[in-house]
Amino acid sequence: MSSLLNLSKINSINFVFMKKIIFALSVMFISFTTSAQNITVNGTVQSANDGLPISGVNIAVKDANKGAVSDFDGNFSISNVPSGAVLVFTYLGFETIEVAAAEDLSVTMNEDNEALDEVVVIGYGSQNRKDVTGAVSVVSAETIEKLKPIDAAQALQGTTAGVSVSSASGSPGSGFNILIRGVSSNGNNQPLLIVDGYEGNLNSLNPDDIETLTVLKDAQAAIYGVKGANGVILVTTKKGKKGAAPTVFYNAYTGTQETSKKLDYLNGSEYAALVNESFAANGQSLPYPNIAGLNNTDWQEEIFDTAMITNHNVGVSGGTENVTYYLGASNLKQDGIIASDKSNFERNNVKLSLGVDVNDKLKVSTNLNYYAVERRTINENGLGSVLFNALNISPLFATDQEDLNGLLGNEIINPLSQARDTYNTYFGNSIEGNFQIDYQLLEGLKATTRIGFKTYSDSGKNFSPIVFYGDGKVFNRDRSEVNQNKVKNNTYTWEAFLVYNKQIADHNFTATLGHSAQRFWGDGLFATGFDVPNNSWEFADISMTTGTSDALTNSSYIYDNRLTSLFGRIQYDFQGKYLLSAMIRRDGSSDFTAENRFDQFKSVTAGWKLSEEAFLQDSNVIDFLKLRGSYGTLGNNVGGNLFRAALSGEGAYVFDGALTIGTALGALPNTNATWETAEKIDIGIDAKLFNNKLEIVADYFVEDREDLLIGGLPVSGILGTSAPGSGSPTVNAGTTRSEGVELLLSYNDNISDDLSFGISYNVTKVEGEVTNINGDVPLEGGGFSVGQPAPSRMEVGLPIGYFYGLQTNGIFQSQAEIDAHPAQNFTGNAPTSPGDIRYVDTNGDGEVNIDDRTFIGKPLADYYMGLNLTLNYKNFDFTSYMFAEIGKDMVRNYERANPNVNRLDMYLDRWTGPGTSNTVPRATVGPNNNGLFSDFYVEDASFLRVQNIQLGYSLPSEVVDQLGMSKFRVYATVNNAFTFTDYEGFDPAATTGQAIGGGIDYGFYPVSRQYLLGLNISF
Amino acid sequence: MKNIKKLLPVFLACATITLGIYSCADEFLEEVDNYSIDSETYFNNEDDYYMALIGAYDMLQSTSINVLMGEIASDNTLCGGEGSYDTPGYQQVDDMTHTPVNDQLQRLWNWMFAGVNRANYILEFKDRSDFDGKDIILAETYFLRAYYHFELVKWFGGLPLKNYEASLAGEGVRFSPGDELSIPRSSIADVYALIESDLQRAANSLSYAAPQVGRVTRGAAQALLGKVYLYQNKFSESAAVLDDLIANGPYTLVVNYADIFESPGENGPESVFEVQYTDVEGAGFDCFQCSEGNIAVGYNGIRNHTGPVYDSGFSFNVPVQEAVDAFEEGDSRKDVSILDIEAWAAATGATYGIGYEHTGYYNRKYIARKGDLNTGDQNLTNPNNYRAIRYADVLLMAAEANNRGGLDDVKAQTYLNTVRARAFGDSDHDVTATGSELTDAIYHERRVELVGEGHRFFDLVRTGRAAEEIDGFELGKHELFPIPIEEIQFSNGNWEQNPNYSN
Repeated sequence: MSSLLNLSKINSINFVFMKKIIFALSVMFISFTTSAQNITVNGTVQSANDGLPISGVNIAVKDANKGAVSDFDGNFSISNVPSGAVLVFTYLGFETIEVAAAEDLSVTMNEDNEALDEVVVIGYGSQNRKDVTGAVSVVSAETIEKLKPIDAAQALQGTTAGVSVSSASGSPGSGFNILIRGVSSNGNNQPLLIVDGYEGNLNSLNPDDIETLTVLKDAQAAIYGVKGANGVILVTTKKGKKGAAPTVFYNAYTGTQETSKKLDYLNGSEYAALVNESFAANGQSLPYPNIAGLNNTDWQEEIFDTAMITNHNVGVSGGTENVTYYLGASNLKQDGIIASDKSNFERNNVKLSLGVDVNDKLKVSTNLNYYAVERRTINENGLGSVLFNALNISPLFATDQEDLNGLLGNEIINPLSQARDTYNTYFGNSIEGNFQIDYQLLEGLKATTRIGFKTYSDSGKNFSPIVFYGDGKVFNRDRSEVNQNKVKNNTYTWEAFLVYNKQIADHNFTATLGHSAQRFWGDGLFATGFDVPNNSWEFADISMTTGTSDALTNSSYIYDNRLTSLFGRIQYDFQGKYLLSAMIRRDGSSDFTAENRFDQFKSVTAGWKLSEEAFLQDSNVIDFLKLRGSYGTLGNNVGGNLFRAALSGEGAYVFDGALTIGTALGALPNTNATWETAEKIDIGIDAKLFNNKLEIVADYFVEDREDLLIGGLPVSGILGTSAPGSGSPTVNAGTTRSEGVELLLSYNDNISDDLSFGISYNVTKVEGEVTNINGDVPLEGGGFSVGQPAPSRMEVGLPIGYFYGLQTNGIFQSQAEIDAHPAQNFTGNAPTSPGDIRYVDTNGDGEVNIDDRTFIGKPLADYYMGLNLTLNYKNFDFTSYMFAEIGKDMVRNYERANPNVNRLDMYLDRWTGPGTSNTVPRATVGPNNNGLFSDFYVEDASFLRVQNIQLGYSLPSEVVDQLGMSKFRVYATVNNAFTFTDYEGFDPAATTGQAIGGGIDYGFYPVSRQYLLGLNISF
Repeated sequence: MKNIKKLLPVFLACATITLGIYSCADEFLEEVDNYSIDSETYFNNEDDYYMALIGAYDMLQSTSINVLMGEIASDNTLCGGEGSYDTPGYQQVDDMTHTPVNDQLQRLWNWMFAGVNRANYILEFKDRSDFDGKDIILAETYFLRAYYHFELVKWFGGLPLKNYEASLAGEGVRFSPGDELSIPRSSIADVYALIESDLQRAANSLSYAAPQVGRVTRGAAQALLGKVYLYQNKFSESAAVLDDLIANGPYTLVVNYADIFESPGENGPESVFEVQYTDVEGAGFDCFQCSEGNIAVGYNGIRNHTGPVYDSGFSFNVPVQEAVDAFEEGDSRKDVSILDIEAWAAATGATYGIGYEHTGYYNRKYIARKGDLNTGDQNLTNPNNYRAIRYADVLLMAAEANNRGGLDDVKAQTYLNTVRARAFGDSDHDVTATGSELTDAIYHERRVELVGEGHRFFDLVRTGRAAEEIDGFELGKHELFPIPIEEIQFSNGNWEQNPNYSN
């Protein structure tokens, strides 16, 4: 409902179509005017901005019941106007002016930027931007058009204060993590995503079909109750416009992609020299007595390809008096920059939006989106991934050579062979949308009911052929198998609500009352077939397989989560100057016991438009100034079904030589489990200065997230929770606090008729800290190297997921330095020698050991920034979008601890004798402690990325007109053009998104750099 | 006013509809589809008991780390692995530098208690249904509870036991959250008393033939009972039950010692109790206890081996020269138990990697062999069964009980020499000593007969020889391993740390 309502408002102020609509209205209006005495006024109205006539201007004779509306040429005529009367010219988007009546008038109207302010959806309703009392950001279709995101989530990257977007991978079709104001939960931090009123996802939408992305960042989102705590993103898709002639559009781009980075690794002879040195250091013979003329394979060169990307988007939109329509279709093909035949993505979308005004009171509308995706992937971001192998394999190997002698240990193989032997395919499709009925019950009272739905089905297949890469390699397979799966996910959201608007004198009320029922359900089926004929992908289907296995090879699951809610909101303002709203939502969730499943979430917001007070009204500097604040509680609906004492453990044993499956206890139930609750405060200002050229939005916010559902919270082992499939009860046992500030500065100016520019900068500082964990037991996560303790922690007083390891203080240059330092005693009693890392005795107990681990970094940035530039000169347009994250760290975990792996060229600066290096330890295959998790492996991953540079040219309107078009634009874009960072790895912007265990780099699949040429046509 | 009058009924109607919808909410929220079985309404028929029994057996597979770490703790082997940093928990146990902070000891504690809990889950509902053969299933459950308790008491000493008196009477109940704060650690004697009672109950109900291979027999219960007595120096009780087993049980020594440890030798005539493993299901490093394979075998395996017969592994648990030298000349067990990797490479052209603490020897009984399915991760899915109690072990325990109890040295000699005759293929190596010399001979025999099988450390401890034999072993401390620090913290002072370990 909200979305449609908003859209009708947005439509009404749309530049392109406004004139026609208002002309139509004016015809109606004029028919009511009567003829009378005195003078007849004839005149024209034009815009001060461009000097063009304005049609549809409402001209009223003050204190008289008469007036007129300007026609297409800006002309109007009013007869029988008393001489000396005052004419009031009003037109949406322009400042209202009053002019004394005269027989011949030429009136110039100025644009009113404030009035042009967008309408903002806020959930079950919308508001004028200037009346909004919550912290809200909006990204428009214009930005999406510029950024050419493959996934609409990318349009939020750097464009929106308080929002950070990251990806675990640059592989085609991989997903994005969106964080609103940092990480507050150890579990799910993803915001709620509402598409046209139903719960959906961004990845199934064609970004070109999106009109706006609206981000609710504070307690205003309490209208979404138990799901609002991580923030809410409201997606409004494109609709047609009433009374608009059909507009056909075609947008396309095509281009190439390449890796945005290659790591600087040792070449063949550098590698051989390092390996020699490390063997010599342990008193062993040199593996490469002659390092001249060795083979030198640049594995990154071999593994990275140049890949294609192409996007087409075609559609038509428009409307008649009673019907609006939008039809679109798109196709996107993206190949991966690694093994593009094994890593690629194709997406198809068809979109329909239809609105029908049945009569004055009844409106019916629907939105439908069909989405189909095909994807192939390679093993990524882990020990054993293709890139991990490419980095670690010896440069002395030929591209077709296998490590048959186990030189590199069991876990490293030829990455080209690995990619060659990777076979999988994934196909998914969904249909989603809504159907909505609005009925105007009475004046000011409207009833809306709508059902939104999404059904997503996918099927995947993975074929593992018989392969042999050398004895002991963990990738070897003696038996081929094919895994197939089918999953179906369904949701619906049914809502019914009333909105009542009432104005009593200077008091304006809007009341909203409604009900919502949601269901999320689905199932999955997984099966495996063995012994694929011919060991070939061609025959890789369970129907072709003949083999059996004693193990259980089929599985399935089912889920069903439901939510029923009541919600209400009252918005009040006095003279549009003092704004107040209060909302409440009562949610009931099937994920919890009957005793624990209901709760209320409440919030209040308030605003004060200082610029409308007498003391600021006449300011030459301040055009608009509003102070606003919000406070409330919201929920994060995690931890479902924790109360069930399910027999879901794994109990399997071998009887009579065959694996026999039994039953066992699942995780310990927690009948008291409930969701997380957030308490949020936000104080902000919105200001416009210097004739609306400078916009400032600033916010201070603080959030306490309570009742964090801590899964795997350690409990005494006597409870048996470490049994397979069991687990400790997930309990509401933690609290975090996030605090921060956001600032948006935006400056737009027209320097001349030909030249205009805009610059927008946003910065967010968020500080998060764990304030309480019951029992004070730190939670651990993530992994580093092999067999080492978990590197990431959640601990009271520190940011969630901080890195916990040893602190280093240079390199021991001599035995004397070692002797002077507290003894370094670690498990295994490896000796410390000159050239080894000096660890800090942080607890000061005179011994350096594993207990000296401490805070050595954190995966989340202190500052998130975005800088967006636009420049228009004549028919050229230039855009550049940048974003930065400052103060984040990343763990370099793509180095396999093995004497024969290749290394970063920073090891050229290794310690080779006193005074040679104080940063990089010596090379040795002998026992040492240099591989322990320490800040040697933690790098500053702050970065600035120039995400988009675009230059466009539009044909002049005269030419376009002659061609029978309304727009013809060509452009060239570079996406992900530059990244400025000290980080050694592929992508400082990447993260897996885990709250505990994020920011660990096994060799992230880098986001590609794209060179695109594109075309926008409409007629 | 007119408006309000018109509005009122509309509002009321809408409110009624809305509230009407809402009142259905409870039903809406309750109707969810779910295939889960509630654990508290289970045990409705024989199948349910059988299925839960499988679950209780399952934890036996996780004892692979007990065997691995037990051997590493002894003077037979060094920890090894990739580097000094590889699996610190094992490295510490090897060096006797372990502290209450040790993730591997914590795993052992956790997994064995998980076994106790799965057994007690069955016993908690033992009276819910009746069917023929229930006494067999319950007897197996008692055995399993005793097995897990015995592992725990060997490693950690006194344990928290819930509803102790009732448990002695055959009841069982799972621990519930908070018990760690209120249930004290029972004395070692009390733990043993419960183990004895469970094993007696099991032995009484079971027969020498199990319904399926891999399930517990009367022989297994008797052998374990005899072992448990021996661990407490209850020699006459031990001798009684082991003599009975030897006299009445169906077990014989396998003629060729080498056959025992190969795949065809599994569950053979010498197998009194064997932990069953398989390679048909995959496993990962994030859940060792989920593996259906023998983790220890992959860990023991030859580093980067390329060559015949053996798959490669992680080079843990490498025998030391002293253990190799413990074999007498002509002992056929030596080449079965110890793989001299250099000799092997020279003979076959095999290559191998050098791991940490490389000794040149591998624990041949339990290193990965070719010929299995190599289901991924192949190092975690080796199918080699663990021969937990071999008849040779029974004979040596019976010999020890008879000798050390001063009961019958002749009988002790007979048992001992039965084992030696198999090893040497003749009776020339028979031991004729008596008294403490015989005791020493039995001790020696246990070492060489059972090397690599995880018994040595506990044999040294229970016979008071550990401090002499194990480097770094401190008397009064290392007889027990420390209670994991986490457990001490969870108990909030309810459980005391074992002597001389500081929390």
